[in-house]
Formats: sequence, C-alpha cells, structure tokens
Amino acid sequence: MSKTIYMDNNATTMVAPEVFEEMRPYFCELYGNPSSMHSFGGQVGQVVEEARLRVARLINAEPEEIIFTSCGTESDSTAIFSALQSKPEKRHVVISRVEHPAVKNLCENLDNLTGHKHKVTQLPVDEEGMLDMEQYRESLSDDTAVVSMMWANNETGVLFPIAEMAAIARERGILFHTDAVQAVGKIPIDVKKLAMDFLSISGHKLHAPKGTGVLYVRKGTPFAPFLIGGHQEQGRRGGTENVTSIIGLGKACVLAGHYMQKENSTVRLLRDKLEQGLLATIPNAMRNGHKTERLPNTANISFEYVEGEAILLHLDRFGICASSGSACTSGSLEPSHVLRAMGVPFTAAHGSIRFSLSVYNTEDEVDYVLEKLPPIIADLRQMSPFWEDRAKIAGGGSCGSCSCQK
Amino acid sequence: MWEYTDKVKEHFLNPRNVGEIADADGVGEVGSLSCGDALKLSFKLGEDGRIADAKFKTFGCASAIAASSALTIMLIGRTLEEALEITNEDIAQFLGGLPKEKMHCSVLGREALEAAIADYRGVALPMAEGEVVCECFGVTDIEVKRAILENDLHTVEDVTNFTKAGGGCGKCHDRLKVLIYEAREEKAPQPIPMSGPKRMTTIQKIKKIEEVLEREIRPALKKDGGDIELIDVDGNFVIVSLRGSCSSCAKSQTTLKEYVEKKLREQVLDTLVVEEGK
Ligand SMILES: Cc1ncc(COP(=O)(O)O)c(C=O)c1O
Repeated sequence: MSKTIYMDNNATTMVAPEVFEEMRPYFCELYGNPSSMHSFGGQVGQVVEEARLRVARLINAEPEEIIFTSCGTESDSTAIFSALQSKPEKRHVVISRVEHPAVKNLCENLDNLTGHKHKVTQLPVDEEGMLDMEQYRESLSDDTAVVSMMWANNETGVLFPIAEMAAIARERGILFHTDAVQAVGKIPIDVKKLAMDFLSISGHKLHAPKGTGVLYVRKGTPFAPFLIGGHQEQGRRGGTENVTSIIGLGKACVLAGHYMQKENSTVRLLRDKLEQGLLATIPNAMRNGHKTERLPNTANISFEYVEGEAILLHLDRFGICASSGSACTSGSLEPSHVLRAMGVPFTAAHGSIRFSLSVYNTEDEVDYVLEKLPPIIADLRQMSPFWEDRAKIAGGGSCGSCSCQK
Repeated sequence: MWEYTDKVKEHFLNPRNVGEIADADGVGEVGSLSCGDALKLSFKLGEDGRIADAKFKTFGCASAIAASSALTIMLIGRTLEEALEITNEDIAQFLGGLPKEKMHCSVLGREALEAAIADYRGVALPMAEGEVVCECFGVTDIEVKRAILENDLHTVEDVTNFTKAGGGCGKCHDRLKVLIYEAREEKAPQPIPMSGPKRMTTIQKIKKIEEVLEREIRPALKKDGGDIELIDVDGNFVIVSLRGSCSSCAKSQTTLKEYVEKKLREQVLDTLVVEEGK
C-alpha cells in the first residue's frame, strides 16, 4: 500500500503543516506554564491569548467567550451540565435522535450522573435527516432547561436550522447548545447573528491536533465549570492548558477562515463528482441525507445487499480510507443510530459508506475511488445471497422471527 | 478496526467456493439482511457418500465471508456424519481464531451446515423449534443454550458475541442470565451434595444469604430510608421484597440487580438471580 487516499475527515483530519510549524517551538524551547509569574512562562500565556483571539474570529465571538477544553466531548458535557446547574428547577432536555454519542449517551444517563430524574425528548428526523420544526416548538415546555442540537451531522453531513432553532429557544427563555464540531471550519458561522448560548468545537476535525476543543459560552450566559481546579481559563476550566495544541488550534482557525471559500466551492464540487459518479455507475445505490442542506464535504451512500465492513476492507487494500454505518463497524450489532432514525431500510443501512473530504483531497483521488469502488461492490454482490433475489425483498428485508426494528 | 488473522484476511480477499450448486443435494439458508449477516450453503454428495462439492453465498462482514469460505473447504471430502461433527470452534480455529465479537460468524457457518443437511434429509431443524429469546435477532433458547455448552460461555456478553442474542435492545439480558445458569446447571454432573464449596443445600444458601443481607445490604439500604426482606429461595432464585423508600424508588430494579445481586453473588454463590416478589 503506497499512497493513502484519505476521505475520512469527519473522523479526524491531518494536522496542517502550517499548524504543526506554529506549534513546534512550544514543545522543547518555549515550554513554560502560562500561569507562571516568570516571563519564560508568561510569554507562552500571551501566545495562548493570541490563539483565543484567532478562534474567536473564526466564529465572530469575543475572546472572553472562548474556553479551551480537551475535546469536543468535554465541551458538550460542560455545556449541558452547566445549563442544568444554572436551571436547577428544570428537568427537561431536548435533543435529536441523531446526536453524536457525546450528547446522546450523556443525556440518556443524566439521571445516574446527576442523581435527579430528568425527562429527555429525542426529536425524530425524517428520511432526509431533517427535523420537523413544528414538533420542535411543541416539544419545548416550561420545564425545559436546555436544548442541545448538533449543527451538522457527523455521519450524513445534514445541517439542522440552528439559527431558527436557537431563536425559538431564546424566545422561550431556554438555554441552547449546539454541537458544531462538524460545522466549524466547513461552513461560515457568526455567533453575533445567532441566539445560541453554547457552541462546541473540536480541534482535530479542522486540522488541529487531537485532544483539544473549545466551548463558546455567550457573554451573560450563566456558567458552571465542569473541571474544577486551578484558576485557568478564568476559573471556568481547571487544568494546565494544552498549550501546544491550543496554539495549533488558533492557527488552524486562521487557515479554516482562509479556506472557507474553497471548502464550499472546490471541495463541494469534488464531493458532488464523487457522489454523482458512484450513484450513476453503481445500481441500487442511494444517497443518505438531504441533498442540499448538507456539509459541502460529506457524502453518505448506501449500496444495497452488501455489508459495509467488507466494502471498507476492500477499499483499504487500495489505501482508500472511509467509514461505514454498518453494524459490524458501529461496535454494536445494529447499524448506525443515525441511519435507523432516518428509516433507512436494513437492505441499505448495513451497506452505507461515508466519504468525508477536505481541502487536501484532489480530483485524481476522486477519480481513483470512482475507478476502484464499482468493481468491489459488484464482486461483493456476486457473493451476496440476496443480490439475485433482490426483486423479492425490495424495500424491506425482514426475516421470519427477526424483528430488529428501529 | 478489527484485528483479523492473516488467514481470515486471505479467505476474505480470495474466498473459495463462492456460488450456488445448481443441482444441490442440500441447501441451508440462515441469517437475514436485517440482522446484518446471512449465509446460503449448498452441497452435492458424491457416489461414495462424501461431500463432493460445497459452495456458499454470504452477505456480511469480512469474518462472515472468511468463515463461509473456510467451512466449504472443511466440508469437501467428508461424509454427512463427519460434517456434522464440525463445530463453530473448529471453523474459528481453521482461520487461526476470530475476534471474540465476531464468533457469531462461525456459529452462522455451523448453523448453515446443519440447515443444509436437514434440508437433504428432509427433516426440520431442531433450532427453529425453540422459543425466541432475543426478539432483535430472532435467537431461540435452544440456540443460546447450545452455544453456552459448546463454547463454555459464562456471561451475557459471551452469549452476545457467539449468538448475537442480547446485542440489540438488551431486554432479554435477564432471560439470558437464567439460560446461562440453566444450561450450565444441566451440564454439571448430577449433584453429589458434598462436592465442593460451590454446591450448597438450600438451607445453607438461605443462611448465607441472610447473613450477607444483615451484615451489609440492609445497613446500606437503611441509610437511604429503605429496607429489604428475604421472601424465598428457590434453586438459584432469590426472591426479595424492597421496603420503605426503596419500594417506591424508580431505581429499585437497578438496586436489586446492580447492588443486591452483585453482593450476593460475590459472597454466596455466583449463580444467584435476585428477583422482586411483592
Ligand atoms: C458531531 C460530533 N460531536 C462530538 C464529537 C466528539 O469530539 P471529540 O472527539 O473531540 O471528543 C465528534 C467527533 O467524532 C462529532 O463528530
């Protein structure tokens, strides 16, 4: 395997070379602690503040509204726990059925974690992955403490109407958090024009290193820290800062701003070429997720009657990296909760493949995938007992006693 | 990323005997599209009564395809009786082992083999007659018990890895625990009451259980304004009743399973199942 064709950028991204260069001096030379009184450490503190400013600029926030965390997951937990603590009399949380586990698993375990009984509404989505706004409005009650909705779905790239949703929540006096881990750096975001209280970012999704994240907290929103310790981050997040990664994230945000146009033109065109090419050449293939209300870099395609892990391992032989929502790859025995929530039939859910591109992908790479994938699907289908019989089972695929339903 | 042996990878990339035998003597189909893996096995007998040819079609992950390929190779040349001796463990071993989460792929192979031979003989499969325990994956109690015995399984997680049962909604976990207990109990040589510390008479059991309740469990529950009473011990079923604030607590089931059952298993007998009687 000589070359790697990396099309799994929603899982993680390459650290941009410019980002790495920016970080380099802060490992072995300028390794001081930003909290120290001496200027050796103090100078690092200034660079951290510069990084904060850079992150703030990408989403048009104020630097005081930026809290550095260890990852997107920590940002999500911090926001939701903080909201619950600041509205202790309210015990209702609204999320969607397609949230990332960082939000979904957290909310499903709130009772155990907080020792209080909570009601969690998980709003359904339609077959394109979209929410019903009327249903959203109706789900809100006087007991609702916080709404947490992902901006862009990591599996399908589908975008929720966060501007409208946040405005509705604010009208009702309800705190609003958005997990924007997949959105930041891929679509323009201006928090000044929006009404959310919290917004989560993860460094490794936008060409910064793994293990760094950000929680945006709007000025004036009540806040309770999640990690309690020293006075770092103005007492809002204890723990010595991951200085090098924060500096890297600052640079990555500058680059993301710089590449925003390219992401939404060049990358989108590449994605469209890949998606349309696969749908045109491979029969019984379909797109998962709304066609336009979607990130520019993500294509999620189901190939009926074949299983995703098998497809991925064949792609792997050619150095092509992608991911799948099949049961075998989801770490459980059931296919992805996102595809199930969208009602994708089992014939298709097990054979779903997600390609997620970045500005580093090229047209040659897309052509290579377009060349390699169709024969892989054809071979696996030759081996599938359902392929020849597909007319009989079209659309569903239920089996006698088995009732693995949504 | 699953850790597959080179042999699994090799059989996945170059599967042997793919296809269907047009004039097969026996055909077995197991699994389903919705469950995520399925296998159709067909074989043809030779003049000498041995399997002359075997072919498969599989929908599933790499290990399902590799297990199917391995199975066909193992089958060819065997009589039906010899073929029936192939266990799922044999299939896994042929491949140099399978990740434990993927053992169900080898079970799928063995089931397809049995289905194909039953088809040839014109008899019904015993498996299908059991009672469905896991609704999500349509697994019967007979299948579960068999996997427990043949593979020496101890936990619900083991059972899920081998049969998929319990891998969906999780509602059948308690039932699976009982099946594990039953299967292992039936297998155990008929009890000679004195054999070792883990065989206790009911009286001994009750005494030990009372002791642990008194010493540890009751004081802990009382701190939260609750209490517990032992109602009955029936085999390995310990029937208790929660009192005081516990009885109205929404988490009483969790208390029973996560705390009371755990303690009793640790200190009395690891096969005990605690249940609430009202
Ligand atoms: C939508 C979404 N939220 C949260 C996370 C978690 O981010 P991290 O890996 O930084 O904890 C991810 C990453 O997979 C994600 O895609």
